[in-house]
Amino acid sequence: MRPLTDDETKVLFEKLSKYIGENIKLLVDRPDGIYCFRLQNDRVYYVSEKILKLATNISRDKLVSLGTCFGKFTKTQKFRLHITALDFLAPYAKFKVWVKPGAEQSFLYGNHILKSGLGRITENTERYQGVVVYSMADVPLGFGVAAKSTQECRRMDPMAIVVFHQADIGEYVRKEDTLT
Amino acid sequence: MASCSVEDVLARAEKEEAEKLKSISVHKELELEFDLGNLLASDKNPPDVREFKQQKKEEFLRSLARGNTQLLINELWKLPTERVEEVIVAKLPDPSTRLPREKPVPKPRAPTKWEEFAKLKGIQKKKKTNLVWDDVHKEWKRRWGYKRANDDTKEWLIEVPATADPNEDQFAKRVKAKKERVAKNELNRLKNIARAQKIKVPGAGLTPASQQSKAELQMAMQVAKTSTASVGKFQDRLPKEKPARNTGKKRKFQPLIGDFSSEKQKQLDMLKIMDGKKPRLDITKAVNKQMREEDVESGSKRRKTPGKKGRKGNFSGKGKGKKGRAGGGGKNRKPRMKQGKR
Repeated sequence: MRPLTDDETKVLFEKLSKYIGENIKLLVDRPDGIYCFRLQNDRVYYVSEKILKLATNISRDKLVSLGTCFGKFTKTQKFRLHITALDFLAPYAKFKVWVKPGAEQSFLYGNHILKSGLGRITENTERYQGVVVYSMADVPLGFGVAAKSTQECRRMDPMAIVVFHQADIGEYVRKEDTLT
Repeated sequence: MASCSVEDVLARAEKEEAEKLKSISVHKELELEFDLGNLLASDKNPPDVREFKQQKKEEFLRSLARGNTQLLINELWKLPTERVEEVIVAKLPDPSTRLPREKPVPKPRAPTKWEEFAKLKGIQKKKKTNLVWDDVHKEWKRRWGYKRANDDTKEWLIEVPATADPNEDQFAKRVKAKKERVAKNELNRLKNIARAQKIKVPGAGLTPASQQSKAELQMAMQVAKTSTASVGKFQDRLPKEKPARNTGKKRKFQPLIGDFSSEKQKQLDMLKIMDGKKPRLDITKAVNKQMREEDVESGSKRRKTPGKKGRKGNFSGKGKGKKGRAGGGGKNRKPRMKQGKR
């Protein structure tokens, strides 16, 4: 376990800013205590200082998880967000997509969102903008990338992909053994 | 009363005396076997099972142990004793019971490279005599070492070979050859140790070989270059020489639990810089905005033509898409080219 290097922090922040923009500041600078990012086994964990100090008692190879896993660095030093980060992405999300109840299940099985399943979308969403996906009852379901801008969406046919799937809460069941 | 008590006391004293004596002598069916060197007594009498079951088991075992210990100590008192600083000390005989060894048997030394080779070729060691005849001194002398027979280092004259350079110092040549043989032997010894312990052979790549590869030469050169007092800092470089590989800085990480506030400050600064780097004009966003304006306009026109009551001003592109969360349509007629609030 170690703090992120400057390069790693930059990669992480760039990825996070696609979803929550400048709200990262709220994650870094929290009024309710000290929270920090730590790297363990290529995964980035968002941990409170208190838990971190407790976790130092556990040897590196025995430590499975601590705090909240935000995602992992690939071997080529790219960053991939995991579904566990949703708890922190959803409240600060700048661009949101609401899914119709009928299409909810399809999304939770790992499929992209089609135009027919799109309930609402934040105005001014750009193409390839990171978006957080909600059900119509405002329950966060996952996140993905807008395949089309809001304007283009209006002209698409109903079977066109609108949001590329990246992660959904179905993974808690599907990837139960690898998720940390 | 008094006489009675006196008799009583006497009887009791006698009894106690007898008990004391009895307690020193313990009766056993079979004699115990003693190994006084190890302070060991082994009791070959079968334990009295009936008594063991009737009596309290703990008590029975304790009395048995006490009796046997008593016998052992009786035996110890038979040994010659002496007094050393107010303490009576008995001299124990040598132990007769063989004890198993504490540590495992040491493993045989791993064979050296030569030993492996000799075994493969079936070469056997031949014992040479220690003394050999020295013709010069006319006496028997040792084969090796100090005052050895036929000592070539003690020669005062060496014939220069016909092929050799006449100005060469043949004595120095011999000394140098000897030193090299010693060095080579030492290296072989270290190599054998390294092989036996399965670690990297020392000095591999830098040892002189008959045919050095390009990479080996390169490495040897790099090592030689950095082997100066200033670790090669002021060493000249060739015009197109590449810097050595794997000589860069090692990466170093911040401490796991360090200064949290400075870590936070660093991240906030980084966010500030990242914010500043965003382009002021986002073309796709501007185009999207323009498209939306047009959408809104055309939508309003369509509604106007058939409709009797054309709404002017604030409307949200309702007819066009149910997903569109209406922005303040009428207000933003002109496309704003700048992104974000400033």
